[in-house]
Amino acid sequence: MTVETIGRSAIQKVEYVGGLSLQFSRGLVATLRLNPFRSSSRLRWRTALRQMAVVGVEALPVVCLISGFVGLIMALQGAYELKKFGALELVVSLVGISITRELGPLMTAIIVIGRSGSAFAAEIGTMTVTEEVDALRTMALEPIDFLLVPKLLAMLAMMPCLTIAADTAGILGGAFFTWVTLGMGLRSYLSTTLDVLLLRDVITGLIKSLAFGMVIVQVGCYEGFTVRGGPEGVGRATTRAVVQAIFLVIVTDLVFTAFFYLFWSQ
Amino acid sequence: MSEKRAIIEVRDVVAAYGTRTILHGVSLDILAGETMVILGGSGSGKSTLLRHLVGLERPRSGHVFIKGVDIATCSRKRLNEVRKSIGMSFQGAALFNSMTIGDNVALALREHTTLAESTIKLMTRIKLEQVGLANYESFFPSQLSGGMKKRAAVARALAMDPEILLFDEPSAGLDPVLGAGIDELILELKRAFQMTIVVVTHELASAFIIADRITVVDKGRLIALGTTAEIRASTHPRVRQFLDRVPDPVGGDQEAYLERLIEG
Repeated sequence: MTVETIGRSAIQKVEYVGGLSLQFSRGLVATLRLNPFRSSSRLRWRTALRQMAVVGVEALPVVCLISGFVGLIMALQGAYELKKFGALELVVSLVGISITRELGPLMTAIIVIGRSGSAFAAEIGTMTVTEEVDALRTMALEPIDFLLVPKLLAMLAMMPCLTIAADTAGILGGAFFTWVTLGMGLRSYLSTTLDVLLLRDVITGLIKSLAFGMVIVQVGCYEGFTVRGGPEGVGRATTRAVVQAIFLVIVTDLVFTAFFYLFWSQ
Repeated sequence: MSEKRAIIEVRDVVAAYGTRTILHGVSLDILAGETMVILGGSGSGKSTLLRHLVGLERPRSGHVFIKGVDIATCSRKRLNEVRKSIGMSFQGAALFNSMTIGDNVALALREHTTLAESTIKLMTRIKLEQVGLANYESFFPSQLSGGMKKRAAVARALAMDPEILLFDEPSAGLDPVLGAGIDELILELKRAFQMTIVVVTHELASAFIIADRITVVDKGRLIALGTTAEIRASTHPRVRQFLDRVPDPVGGDQEAYLERLIEG
């Protein structure tokens, strides 16, 4: 009985990874094949633009607010230890580096998962349940081209933008702390930050944000396409999309961070 | 003789979900221009059979030829080519809820043709007119009643001027008057366009009105095939039971029941 359970869950895991990889490669091929001169591709771009507004622009306030708080929290936590060494001014570089390399992209991804990853799963899941996805297929339209590609385009365009906004807001959060505790002006805070930050720190964060965006779209859409059993299935898929996406974003984060540490740290 | 050409040929199709077999080697020829009704009870496999006709499911074994192309084994690209000559109307209409009725109908034209937008608009209006929904282009599906949604779905299925039109339970969930309206619409399309129409239904009255030929599906097998008159005169016990609306005996076969329990 237990052997059976272990076996079944192993098969499910393999099936999940296989299905996700297949969808990933199909989505990528379909995106690369978009020809800007064909009318149907123009329709994809138009849908993508609409998605960009929803995924990116509407998420901007909450991303900035949360990242600002995270920057402030990082400053507070850093100061707790650095104060012992009388090195409180190191808070500036601590916040700058941790936000751009790690927390900016990660917090952005978490917020986007909650806002958009779940919405993708719910939207496509509902379409699967109401046979709209089947209707697309019978109309000779590939659901991947039609539903996933615009979302992927929107996400790849907006994740770096949101991450830059998050980086900025996080750094300003740190500036608020040093202004209150050290009386450091915004100008000197920013120039110190620019001195310690390397372009590499920002770029690795942005590369990660692209990878996160890819994961969020793929997981959200996959959960939507594989919905079984009516409306309650859509609810379950939405929950699973959020949990799986957070898990896979963290795994992706680990892989990229390790890669950057090994090959791009000097 | 050209009238008798089979446009859809189903050959020994076996369909299964997991270990449960839904269709046990079904073979069926549907001739160009005829209206074939696939009649059967709930869970008989009739909807699964229909889904195989547009490649929404691929059979475990067997072949489905549409205009000579085996869609059970052909490439995705080829399948999509074949699908452009098929229109399908779903049980729940399956209109895209985020688009207006007009955009729903125009979608396939916008995606698959290079027609000018003004032409597409015009064609959309013609298709909607055909199903009795003129002036409803700018409505959203949620603003329409069940019967209107079904009609809009038919208009969408007609958009690419298909040679084959498939209906999954066209009158399911509609009151008898609206159901009769859909039957009338199918008859009109048949008269006007000489399309090949395949209808899956369990509604006896509707089946005998619209069909040229009827096939009866029971437990994944075709148990009868013939003209409406032949089916009406059938002596097959299961067909008779279906036509005369006799319920299955409750707990009749004790041995089979026990067997089911043990196997299940």
